[in-house]
Amino acid sequence: MAQTDVIPVPPLTTTEPRPMTRLRRHAPRGKLTTRSQIALQALCLLIAFTVLFPIVWIFSLALDPRDLARPDGLIPPGASLDAFARVIAQPTSDEISLIELARNSFVLATFVAGFSVFVGVLAAYAFSRLKFRGRELLMIVILGVLMLPAVATIAPLFIMLNGLSNVQLPLIGEIEIRRSLIGVGLAIVSGALPFAIWNLKGYLDTIPKELEEAAAVDGCTQNQTFFKIVLPLATPALAVTAFLGFVAGWTDFYFVSIFLNSPDEGFTLSLALNKMVGSFGQTKWSDFAAFAILFAAPVSLVFFFFQKYIVGGLAVGGVKG
Amino acid sequence: MTAPAMSLPQPRRRRLTPDARTAVLYLLPAFLVMGVITFYPLLFQTWMSFTDFGLKNLNPRNPAPNLVGLDNYIQIIQSKLNIPNFEFLRLLFFNLWWAFSNVVIHVILGVGIALLLNTNGLRFRRFYRALFILPVIIPPLIVATVWRYLFDDSNGAINTVLQGIGVLFKIPPETFKIDWLGQVNDPIPFIPLPLAYFALLTANSWLGWPLNAVVATGALQSVPPDLYEAAEMDGANAWQRFKVVTLPFLRPAMVPYAIYGFVITFNLFFLSFFMSGGGPFGRTELFVTQAYKLVNDFQLYGVAAAFSVILFFLLLGITLITNRLARATASYAE
Repeated sequence: MAQTDVIPVPPLTTTEPRPMTRLRRHAPRGKLTTRSQIALQALCLLIAFTVLFPIVWIFSLALDPRDLARPDGLIPPGASLDAFARVIAQPTSDEISLIELARNSFVLATFVAGFSVFVGVLAAYAFSRLKFRGRELLMIVILGVLMLPAVATIAPLFIMLNGLSNVQLPLIGEIEIRRSLIGVGLAIVSGALPFAIWNLKGYLDTIPKELEEAAAVDGCTQNQTFFKIVLPLATPALAVTAFLGFVAGWTDFYFVSIFLNSPDEGFTLSLALNKMVGSFGQTKWSDFAAFAILFAAPVSLVFFFFQKYIVGGLAVGGVKG
Repeated sequence: MTAPAMSLPQPRRRRLTPDARTAVLYLLPAFLVMGVITFYPLLFQTWMSFTDFGLKNLNPRNPAPNLVGLDNYIQIIQSKLNIPNFEFLRLLFFNLWWAFSNVVIHVILGVGIALLLNTNGLRFRRFYRALFILPVIIPPLIVATVWRYLFDDSNGAINTVLQGIGVLFKIPPETFKIDWLGQVNDPIPFIPLPLAYFALLTANSWLGWPLNAVVATGALQSVPPDLYEAAEMDGANAWQRFKVVTLPFLRPAMVPYAIYGFVITFNLFFLSFFMSGGGPFGRTELFVTQAYKLVNDFQLYGVAAAFSVILFFLLLGITLITNRLARATASYAE
């Protein structure tokens, strides 16, 4: 698993003189000549510039009070948070505030994360630890579903969930499933669940079996072993998988845009963003930039601070986009 | 209900082992859920693909859709759908080329930058590594809209920067009103790719290389330093050391990741959808964006179902071929 922060410390100086110096045409390991250090630093800075360019530009745009199409300077003169205030109040022409949009996105994301991890870890445990007929076949089925893009089942899910109108649910009352966040959430889970199973199975495989065998010797049943030994040990993977499920729900676009018709059915941040992009003529640039920042910030910050746990999982499985 | 006195041999019942019984219990929730929201929809979709399911059939009181046999499939493959700018073969070739060209760029940039950051003695490595992860942590949906803005023809950042540079060379700013995402004429003669493709490629390169670099870095750090020293002793030059020492360690990590990247890029919705909208004239459309539009814009549910079935077999084919390629290169490496 790739870890970004573990950098092997090279021996900085080799004290003993090396034999056969004639063969070494360049500086000893761990040292660079000043010239190549400068050249490589220049290259790194160039890459850093390309990475940072869109990000800095958007930040600068969001702070600019004059709604210029382009920022002139890192922090524009008279920088203000007006654009943020505007988009928090009402980002698009729909009568819905960013708080409500974010709440809908949050509800959706939490549902996807919780549901897929809870159901996923049970299946992952069975695949990782138990021997039974058809295990390999079922795993291939899961992998096959994982390869399918989310769009591949969009038509039948739309038709099926559309048929579930006037459903009575406890606490909520009568709803049309398709035009609700419940329908959207179920549709997103169809992609998030196979990923959760696959990702968690990969992690459970790395937990040594001896612990469970010891627990079994001490008289633990299979269920007790699962809940008391395996689940606590798998907490990091559960958190990462839940986070990736959360991101899938937080940024889902296909299902919300196809399923939901009006803002009161639970419009999310992604729909507002789509609307802002669709009307670039009328949208203020600074508003778009501010909205993009507020939309990305919650997941990007979590990602940034926990990247060493998350990136590994991403590189192995990834979420459907 | 077996009578113990019966002398007939018992029919051999397949008794579940304790493991299998627990397995059923643990797998049941997942497979119930997937049965309802994945497997049944896939079957339902297959049936839908043989019908003329349309907007009118959404109302359950209307008569069921008609079976039309393979009509949907034939219409798709012969590009005879009643929607603008749809050409099946062009879509297929563009989508394959899109995935291939992106992965090549991602892997080259990823490995190159990983090697750069793995240089012994390079200062501020931790800083660069932290910085270069930024494209990965921003949701792709937002990345796509931001690049849509950057490439905007009248106000976008790219044109603005080009105008700024142009002033230094006394080039009038009007030169750089480039319509990156909508220009109809191909920028390079004899290469039938619109300018929008290159804009998408730029955005996706920005988005894609860092994760490749992470994977490559992981592989590079597993190379024992002694091997380099041994190769150096034997008089191998930098390129030979890369080929003989580094590459065999990179290959097992990068080949599966490149295959995975190919499938992900093949199905990459957001850039095509938000940046070019599939334009100009549907020439940067991908299978996934087309499938989405068949449902959302055209409400041709039967056609969309057939389209998804075709996509399913296409992806299956890609997976089988790439797996075979991966195995071929693996045995070559050994």
